Amino acid sequence: MELAPYLILGSIEGLVTAAVLALMAVGLSLVFGVMRVVNVAHGEFFMLGAVLAWFVADMIGGHPAISFVAALFIAPVLVGSLAVVADTMILKRIKYDPERTIVATIGLLYIIQQVTLMTYGSNARPVEPPFNQRISIPWFEWTESGLSMYWPWGLGTTTYKLAVIGFAVILLLAIWVLMTRTRIGLIMRATQLDRDVAQAYGINVDRVYALVFGLGAGLAALAAVLIVPIQQAHYLMGHDPLLLSFIVVIIGGLGSLAGTVVAAVLIGLSDGLISVFFTPTLAKIIATLIVTFVLIFRPSGLLGKHNP
Amino acid sequence: MIEKTGMTDARKSLYFHLGLIGALFILQFILPAYHHGNLARIMVLACYAMGYNILFGYTGLLSLGHAMFFAAGMYGMGLPMVHLGWTPEPALISAIVVGVVVSAGIGFLALRTSGVSFMIVTLMFAQAGFLTILYFGEWTRGDEGFVIKQAERVMAGFDLSQPTNRYNAALILFSICLLLTIRLVHSRFGRVMIAIRENEERTHMLGYDVHFHKWMAVIMSGTMAALAGAAYALLFGYAGATFASVQYSIFPLLWVLLGGAGTALGPFIGTLFMFYLIDLSSSFTTAYMLIAGLALVLLTLFLPQGLVGEFRRKVVPWLS
Amino acid sequence: MKKTSKSLLTPRRQIIKGAAASLALGAVSMPLMGRYAQTQSAEPIKIGFQVHRTGIGAAYGRWYDRTTMAAVEKINNAGGINGRPVEIIAEDDGTDPKRGAEVVEKFATQHNADLAFGTLFSHVVYGSAPRAGELKIPYFVVSEGHHVASGALNRYTLQPGITDVKSQVQAMAPFVANNLGKKVTMVYPDFAFGHDHRDYFSAAIEAQGGQVIEKIAIPPTETSFTKYFPKIPRDTEVIYHVMVGPAVLTFVKEMGEFFGSSRPEIFGFIDSLEATDLSSPGLEFLEGTYFWEGNPRYAQANQSEYDKAYRAAVGVDANGASVSDSKDVSTYAHMFGCWETLHIVKAGMEASGYRGTGDRAKLIEAVESMSDMPHSDAHPQGAKRFNGKTHQVFGHQYITKVSNSKLDLVHTTSIEDTLYPDEVDYTKQSF
Repeated sequence: MELAPYLILGSIEGLVTAAVLALMAVGLSLVFGVMRVVNVAHGEFFMLGAVLAWFVADMIGGHPAISFVAALFIAPVLVGSLAVVADTMILKRIKYDPERTIVATIGLLYIIQQVTLMTYGSNARPVEPPFNQRISIPWFEWTESGLSMYWPWGLGTTTYKLAVIGFAVILLLAIWVLMTRTRIGLIMRATQLDRDVAQAYGINVDRVYALVFGLGAGLAALAAVLIVPIQQAHYLMGHDPLLLSFIVVIIGGLGSLAGTVVAAVLIGLSDGLISVFFTPTLAKIIATLIVTFVLIFRPSGLLGKHNP
Repeated sequence: MIEKTGMTDARKSLYFHLGLIGALFILQFILPAYHHGNLARIMVLACYAMGYNILFGYTGLLSLGHAMFFAAGMYGMGLPMVHLGWTPEPALISAIVVGVVVSAGIGFLALRTSGVSFMIVTLMFAQAGFLTILYFGEWTRGDEGFVIKQAERVMAGFDLSQPTNRYNAALILFSICLLLTIRLVHSRFGRVMIAIRENEERTHMLGYDVHFHKWMAVIMSGTMAALAGAAYALLFGYAGATFASVQYSIFPLLWVLLGGAGTALGPFIGTLFMFYLIDLSSSFTTAYMLIAGLALVLLTLFLPQGLVGEFRRKVVPWLS
Repeated sequence: MKKTSKSLLTPRRQIIKGAAASLALGAVSMPLMGRYAQTQSAEPIKIGFQVHRTGIGAAYGRWYDRTTMAAVEKINNAGGINGRPVEIIAEDDGTDPKRGAEVVEKFATQHNADLAFGTLFSHVVYGSAPRAGELKIPYFVVSEGHHVASGALNRYTLQPGITDVKSQVQAMAPFVANNLGKKVTMVYPDFAFGHDHRDYFSAAIEAQGGQVIEKIAIPPTETSFTKYFPKIPRDTEVIYHVMVGPAVLTFVKEMGEFFGSSRPEIFGFIDSLEATDLSSPGLEFLEGTYFWEGNPRYAQANQSEYDKAYRAAVGVDANGASVSDSKDVSTYAHMFGCWETLHIVKAGMEASGYRGTGDRAKLIEAVESMSDMPHSDAHPQGAKRFNGKTHQVFGHQYITKVSNSKLDLVHTTSIEDTLYPDEVDYTKQSF
């Protein structure tokens, strides 16, 4: 494939990755920003979202669009509720100690994985997209008769992939509105700024924490429902998105939602574009090292203002 | 140190650990074959955890990339043996050199960050290292790895594939790592490390070169992990990319936290506990991950300082 | 389940040739009644089953488990081995080479098992085999890796129930070159299994006058693939794909979306879709493409009696899915290896007059002396030829074509197509 069409393809693929990653990472960033804990089980909440989407599609049946819409509501709510339970039963009791939270959430990770393996099984199962048409994308070239349009071989995408990008943008805007324009957002930001002061002003910090933890997990589940018609639901699928969202959260500047989104787009796009120029594994190595060096030389992240 | 009962805390602690080493030596004559083999492996992996503990438990730096150091030793040992026909003695030196170089390089770069960023940067380096092993699959055989033949695993005349030799080689390595750790934490250098863990800012203000101490801690920690990796390759005859994967970076963190971060013995107890937890539970249920997960959650809830940490807090405050 | 003396005796008599034959006669001539009587009192033969219950191999492990249990039930119903029942001791290896080695140790030193068996993933085989050799416990792997025949392992490690990747791959080249095209682009995972495909297929297709024009190695952690497909050259006549792991369905689906309506010929290893339903959404484009299958997943028109019996015993329907859940698709192309390996263990133990762990070396020698194994109840996948020197079995390979979302057999290779010169002689190693 010629370079320009290839770059376009790489960009579209990168944007799909970025869209899902942004949603998931914003969830992780919220938890980190407000609660100051690292949730290692975040990837498992993502996985649970995908698995629940499969269960919903399997139970409801009918047109894929119906079960998909149902999954969009059911999966995040269930996963969010589970996270709230985990927060009150475990994290609250260890007083959100950073190190103990890491161990506890690793424990949670094992538990969720094993229970999924025992109930859902080890297979990767597909969920049908609500709609999915292949779109060929035209490109231009100079011929004897001037600029003409043609359809390069292999340059295309699907309507569903474009919809994922669009839907993620809408959701991210909704989160932004929630955080900046609503009372609950104000409470969350107040708690993020200073937990003790927030408490002094009568904010029930415990409830805010539970809510944030649930919201973060719900966002991961939502991201998974969006991606599951493209990739399948599998009990080990949470691993890589977890690593990527960690990276995104840090590159974006800890706790900064705007930074997280920008970083997700950068990481997604670079993943798609670097693969144009190198063999796949080398591209992965280079992409990983670039991100690492960004972190080393800008330790507070791209948009971060202070050292964490 | 203030003398209270005629023996300093440091000396008591040393005798305690020497006693443990003696007990481990005697155990080899008592244990049935299966547990004999397990303990040899656990001692090697405990060295990995002890290396991790130097950085995490004593210096307070949480790395998620130690599998890279373990693998550096494993391949530093295995590759020259398989491709250059080296004997174990020079290969062990090569493993240590590789361990020092890799940890010095990574430490130098990663220590420009701190906190969660340090965690992620080490994780990313380890991920790049894992992919690099796959990329050079022609030599490393990637994920599949390679076998170091039984006949080649003879060091100083000892066939290390034999159970007794293997056990004692593991015990020697374990003793070295354990005594080095104790020596380190009682040294001036070690006390600066602990001071950094407790309050980095203040240690800096007191005039200590915090960055240098942290860098040295990474190098010591990484090299000990590399030594464990080399020993694993030599004693168990296999090197593979699995050992460089993220999972193997998380293991030492778990072992150390379970046993007790910042205790000399914690890494060993944690490794031992985790091994038998999985081994025993897997014999009556296939859901042993569920049990391991529950155990982790319960431990964080009820034994926050780990097994040895709680033991020290309640029973023997002089333990290092 | 057949319990007649005919089904019990006929295959075995044909299996064992050469030196082992005289030994076998002793077992064969033993009266059936006597053996049943012995079963009551005899200690069971303990087979340690190293199974991928968790980790990336779990989908395979589940079906390896079912096949193993079905084979053991069949063997026990027919009187066990040397009159002793077979007992399976299963341990999860987490698809991890370290845990794999520990599990083999556990079989050898704690359970005192007669042998270890069943491993699929190559890295687990590599991690475990040195320990099996040191502990002197026979280790029968069902992995399709080239590790055994390459000489990297040891005398205690054998692969008599499934063919290795080198023979599978080279046997595909004549069909691909003669029927699909000569310019091939390979897409494979960037680890040892994929590199074996790359190296052996490149050599084999060149021998057929063809050429691999591009090699695209995908990192194993990858979950989206479209961005790599533009690396496929325009003049590609055949795409050769093989993928493993949970992302395989995404891979195949995205390949279809990439090509749209104008695709080259596509030839894949069924590993890319093992345990995956061919009628999954997005796989429509596979219609008319070809697959290697170790054993055809869909019951063919000329299905053998043996395949029918084997399918029923394991609980697989004519579409290769579980009889109790049509969405639970088996790993049909690989799992027969467990069934056949256990029957070889039985034949080897009976030929050597195996009595206990002290006879392990005799068991290995008995298996080493095996050669041709006929298509039978014990070998439902087809006839096999075992090479005692390299500890590796050779057999027919199947090429199927997708039509109406099913796989129809279009070509069966000969055993000769799969042979290559020996790379090791394990019989020269001491026990």
